[in-house]
Amino acid sequence: MRHRSNLERILLDKGFAVTAEIGPPKGSDPDTIRQKGDMLGGYADAFNITDNQTAVVRMSSMAGCCILLNMKLEPIMQMACRDKNRIALQSDLLGAAAIGIRNILCITGDHQSSGNHPSAKGVYDIDSIQLIQIIKNMRDDGIFQSGDAILSGRPDVFIGATANPFADPYEFMVDRLEKKIRAGANFIQTQSVFNVDKFELWMDEVRSRGLDKEVHILAGVTPLKSLKMTERMKFHVPGVDVPDKIFDRMKTAKDQKEEGYRIALELIDRIKRVKGIHGLHITALFWEDIIPSLIEGSGLLTRS
Amino acid sequence: MIITKPKKLDDILGHINGRPVFIVGCSECATLCHTGGEDEVSSMKDALKNKNIDVTGWVVLEPACHLQNDKRLLKSHKKEVDKAEKILVLACGNGVQTVSEVLKDFNVISGTDTLFLGEIKHASEFEKRCIMCGDCLLDLFEGFCPVSRCPKSMLNGPCGGSKNGKCEVDLDMDCVWDAIYKFLKEKGRLHQLEEIRKPKDWSRSIDMRRIL
Repeated sequence: MRHRSNLERILLDKGFAVTAEIGPPKGSDPDTIRQKGDMLGGYADAFNITDNQTAVVRMSSMAGCCILLNMKLEPIMQMACRDKNRIALQSDLLGAAAIGIRNILCITGDHQSSGNHPSAKGVYDIDSIQLIQIIKNMRDDGIFQSGDAILSGRPDVFIGATANPFADPYEFMVDRLEKKIRAGANFIQTQSVFNVDKFELWMDEVRSRGLDKEVHILAGVTPLKSLKMTERMKFHVPGVDVPDKIFDRMKTAKDQKEEGYRIALELIDRIKRVKGIHGLHITALFWEDIIPSLIEGSGLLTRS
Repeated sequence: MIITKPKKLDDILGHINGRPVFIVGCSECATLCHTGGEDEVSSMKDALKNKNIDVTGWVVLEPACHLQNDKRLLKSHKKEVDKAEKILVLACGNGVQTVSEVLKDFNVISGTDTLFLGEIKHASEFEKRCIMCGDCLLDLFEGFCPVSRCPKSMLNGPCGGSKNGKCEVDLDMDCVWDAIYKFLKEKGRLHQLEEIRKPKDWSRSIDMRRIL
């Protein structure tokens, strides 16, 4: 079967894919990405390099992806609409494809007011759905957003998007997923799942519309490192749903790291059995060294 | 209406730098916003006098953005204006610029920050409704404008940060997409949200610099 990336090959072969997020450094040192790549290579099939996540300035996603490519690891380049207009985004896509990046994840982006440059002007020229459609049209039809023709080399990329089963209005979230699929999304990475019951309800609706057959859904998993982080996720990170039960477990745990690890294993065990899920997306939020033992502990090391 | 808010008195004093001032207000938006009507011009006059600033006179223009009216009214105050070095304008950014155009030889100071085109909800409560983009999409969204009212100008539904009808950027702010969704659901027209809205044509806001 024709595939553009290793990630696409695994998903087309009906395998269970694992992707992991690597947060680039707040600085220009390439070794921080290399070290994470060394540590995680072999445990995940592809690695997201975030694009100034939470609106905090970090090394660019494309540079991070380039470092991974040089290590023979497969990157997923995240592209946010917050900081760049349609000209810059299309230009970045051409550049990314030129250096061998084959997976793109399109996001609108956290608002700049939450980051470390709250006085910045947000761009938001286009939204994530429009970005997906623009990339699809560039890839499949060889045209830019303006209708102008691409002259030399269409960007042959596997297009990803996000979905948040926990945002409001809740009933609209499956409609929004459907819109992303119609715009051209090939794979989906969801918001971190802590509330599996609610996630299952969302997936029921996804399956009832047959959307799991049209797109590959990778469920988000985030191991909780500490009570402080749990509090931040529960009360301050928009769009995350941490149930009280998990919060209480972290609150009363003697060893919070150990408890967070155990909770993550339990979540993975439930999530991977949800029908229609084609993989996991692990976002360890600067606790990447837990990922190898999470993959081993959940029996995913020998996945096919 | 154009919504303005007063600048801090200390900032204004910094620009005035102890020099004589003539104060200009506006009869329209700034009056309704309570930033540049006769009452606010009068309070500003007292505040400056308290700081030992010489206020040579004042006028409320009708309105400050009207070039011909400004020329006429400022001419009738020529004596007081000529005694001043600084012109403090309590009007929107347009009003300040029109006054600058008339009083070219003076240092014109803005006494307000211009915020948005908005609705008067209550006497002193205003809400952003329009960014004057030149390419109105209100017919697509039942009279709710996501371009001006969503901090990310999303055209294809809410971002993942909408929670309990509130916006992730400010929990006191209503999510306009939540409002659009609820409205269409009530009317039984949710299918209107299915269509993928194309990227907006921003050239319209650039072309329309002048209308004759």
